[in-house]
Amino acid sequence: MKKFDRRTVLKGAFGGAAIGVALPFLDVFLNNNGQALAATGQRLPVRFGTWIWGCGHIPERWIPTETGTDYDLPPDLEPLAPYKSQLAIFSGYDVKLDGVANKPHITGCLGLRTGIPVPNESVRAPTIDVLIGEAISTGSRFRSIEVSTSGIDRSYSFRAAGSANPSEISPVKLYQRIFGEGFQDPNAATFKPDPRTMARQSVLSAVAEDRQRLMRSVGADDRRRLEEYFTSIRHLEDQLALQLQPPARVENFTKPDAPPNTPMDSEVSNVMVTHKLMAGLLAKALQCNQTKVINVLLSDTTSNLRRAGSSTTHHTLTHEEPVNPQLGYQEQVGWFAQQSMVAWKDFLDALSGIHEGDGTLLDNCLIFAHSDCSIAKAHAVEGIPMMVAGRAGGRIRTGFHLAGRADPATRVGLTLQQAMGLQVAKWGVQSMETNRTITELMA
Amino acid sequence: MSPMRSQNQSAARRIAGRLAACAAFLCVPLIGSLSLAEEPAPTEPQAAGAPPQLRRLTESQYRATIADIFGPDMPIVGRFEHGLRAEGLLAVGTSQAGISAFSIEQYDASARGIAAEVVSEKRREQLVPCRPRSENRFDPACAKQFVQHYGPILFRRPLSGEEVKRYVRTAEAAQQRLGDFYQGLQYALAGMLVSPDFLVRIEQVVPDPKQRGQYRLDPYAKATRLSYFLTNSTPDAELLRAAGAGELDTDAGLAQQADRLIASPQFERAVRAFFEDMLEFDTFGELAKDPVIYPAFNSTVALDAEEQTMRTIVALLVTQQGDYRDLFTTRGTYLTRALGTVYRLPVATRNGWESAQYPTASGREGILTNISFLAFYSHPGRSSSTLRGKAIRQVFLCQAIPDPPNNVDFSVVQDSSNTAMPTARIRLEAHRTSPACAGCHRLMDPLGLTLENFDGVGAFRAQENGAPIDASGTFDGKEFQGAQGLGQAIHDSPQTPRCLVDKMYRSAAGRKATPDERPYVDYLNQTFNADSYRVPDLMRAIAVSRSFYAISPPVTDVNTPKRAAVQTRDGDRS
Repeated sequence: MKKFDRRTVLKGAFGGAAIGVALPFLDVFLNNNGQALAATGQRLPVRFGTWIWGCGHIPERWIPTETGTDYDLPPDLEPLAPYKSQLAIFSGYDVKLDGVANKPHITGCLGLRTGIPVPNESVRAPTIDVLIGEAISTGSRFRSIEVSTSGIDRSYSFRAAGSANPSEISPVKLYQRIFGEGFQDPNAATFKPDPRTMARQSVLSAVAEDRQRLMRSVGADDRRRLEEYFTSIRHLEDQLALQLQPPARVENFTKPDAPPNTPMDSEVSNVMVTHKLMAGLLAKALQCNQTKVINVLLSDTTSNLRRAGSSTTHHTLTHEEPVNPQLGYQEQVGWFAQQSMVAWKDFLDALSGIHEGDGTLLDNCLIFAHSDCSIAKAHAVEGIPMMVAGRAGGRIRTGFHLAGRADPATRVGLTLQQAMGLQVAKWGVQSMETNRTITELMA
Repeated sequence: MSPMRSQNQSAARRIAGRLAACAAFLCVPLIGSLSLAEEPAPTEPQAAGAPPQLRRLTESQYRATIADIFGPDMPIVGRFEHGLRAEGLLAVGTSQAGISAFSIEQYDASARGIAAEVVSEKRREQLVPCRPRSENRFDPACAKQFVQHYGPILFRRPLSGEEVKRYVRTAEAAQQRLGDFYQGLQYALAGMLVSPDFLVRIEQVVPDPKQRGQYRLDPYAKATRLSYFLTNSTPDAELLRAAGAGELDTDAGLAQQADRLIASPQFERAVRAFFEDMLEFDTFGELAKDPVIYPAFNSTVALDAEEQTMRTIVALLVTQQGDYRDLFTTRGTYLTRALGTVYRLPVATRNGWESAQYPTASGREGILTNISFLAFYSHPGRSSSTLRGKAIRQVFLCQAIPDPPNNVDFSVVQDSSNTAMPTARIRLEAHRTSPACAGCHRLMDPLGLTLENFDGVGAFRAQENGAPIDASGTFDGKEFQGAQGLGQAIHDSPQTPRCLVDKMYRSAAGRKATPDERPYVDYLNQTFNADSYRVPDLMRAIAVSRSFYAISPPVTDVNTPKRAAVQTRDGDRS
């Protein structure tokens, strides 16, 4: 006897063109990855994100004096007080250059994201978000979503040299991409599979038919680039396949309203608004399983943030502002560094504001926040500030400060990959190579 | 002492150690040889050749191609990924960049939008080459005709029988699902529009009948190189015909097609595309100015500023067939009312453009005094002699300026409210007297400071912080005054036309010239000189040369990356 499954139901639906079919929330209708129904008590998916801010920190205002769980919050971490128990603070971990020229604001950022310092943007390995995405993104509509909130079209998510995943800079366009055409409300009362989606599927499979012939006709390096094209086509096919299945129901989800048009520039108060809007949209996207990987760029690594009416930017201030003799640090730089942490708190608010299972969305996320350097004035890549937030569905522990004592920053990246379920024993090259998991982080 | 504190101190020591090491590092200017061999009658040297290329269409090429095939009013709904800039050009990035999932999503949206328009009731009469016997039944003959009509112009070559069948099958499958013949055609066309054969220029080679063991470009790949170089778009029907007839394999046939394309209205588009790329205008849309400091700047000014420079370039180089170097000295320009407010020049035309002359007293001459240069290479709240000087070196003279060293205290240097140091010149003096900075700033500042009479949006000023501005400068050992002197100095530099030749060839070939191609580049320089630096003549010289199409002997080991060097090149995303 034929099994009663989703496909048989859909075939029936297609027989009569696009008729609305009310689908009961039975287990049989779950998607094959099957972990999305919190209402049924099933496991929720674990999501991964990175959150970058530019131009580092002022160490004496950011690094807690105490290590361990009873760590203190210096002034620039003060905004994060509500999340103290949900944050792991990593200080003193280095990007080891091994003689590679330090391209200011680039080498440190890409070094800790790929495990290999490079003197330019030609990465020699995929960034950590891509490695994790390849392992966990099957079955979600977008393999990852990148945003940049300061009006600048930059991204530090790379599949390979020359292959960045571009950032959305407009909340309106981000909304359209996620919740516009092709979005299926998981809690809609009816499900209408669109026959045009099946026509699109056959178009893409016709396009992919030529893969072998094309691969044979080009050299190895171009083959890599063509392979990327076909991988991207496959992702689109996966999206279409998802659209032909009724989406798994998501508790407490309502589709967000379209965001207003906002000025997209680097003035801090505008950036704060744009960042909050985008954080909210990303949180909703994660909640309803549109993606499992996100990358947020608050400010470019050469921080373009600025204050209204000021002739300088955060980055230029790091080099130009004299140290205030009373305070002992660059006062205006300190203001930008603290604003960056306020934005980070806004981001965590967006994730923890969504209830999921017994806790919040943040509990089922692992978010890796980092900068590109420690002391921006010197472009120092020793002691680049890093933080981890979330519980990764119970896979990691947080609520402590750990001093790296010049250990390679790759220890954090390695541990994050392991926490996300990747089978990886060591990561990085030369002095950056490590097999030392940060056991304090693992639950 | 707590363990944490000692850790902080050791980190500080390690950083300080690196800073000292960096301070000792002096920037070394990377300036190419200025020697120019003089030969009476330039002849093209033996072609060196390079491997075939795989190049993505740029955004402007995609748009031009769609407009040429389906009409200029065909809407494109998808967005475009920011291009990869390599060797100073997006055109070079096209042969290195991958295609992200985001791009495929967007290409797919554009493809579906275009295909739906093509078969719409409004347009099908004009754009669908046949009528089906019935809209409710599949008409294989008409579908085949449709695929054979659009296939070759989209893929820039004839389709194989298998390919024709595949897209006819796609049409049939879609009709079966959706019930309508035109919808079937729509999906077949959408498929062609997301195919790699359309989105990527995948060059094929064939054995060279004249040299055993050697390869040459397939005639359609040759037509495609020629066409994207001279029209920034796909080969037209005549060019495809000539390719099919073998005409491009003769010097005369190739020259005939090149001359036809240079004479066509589409040629201007190619010149525009090249200069938009060279001037890095792809990021012009991100240009933002502080509205408190520069209230006159807005998005209309930004748009018009970009267009002003493009109009000046096209008028001088294409319409007037002028000398490239005159771009740096011409007072002829184009203005709108929005631009007039920043330039403080009267503009009679209420809406639109009028040709104008910069008055002598304006201090302006040449495109370096346009807002598009002055505002683009400034900070959001102030001018930057360093950014301007760096751009002149990199964009127009092809001279690389290294990144700044890691340990620099700029605090005195650029605090623009520092009343003890009211002008940028005085503040930058500190740079030039510090050995770690001087190597590079000596290259940038003397050029950039001559533009200090123009603020962060490009408006004229005689003073900064109440002190008069000294806009004197030096270049190649010659002293000069102000922006007009700068324009003349760049005009007179032998490096200026050499750089244009370098970039033009990089743009055409999608890569930097190889060492084996040096004699060829020298030949192009001699030709450019002999042709009074007329850009269309330079482009013709490239288009009709054998070197532009030559293929190097194949790599024997197919597993060896044919362009291993790509990994070590700078890849600057703009």
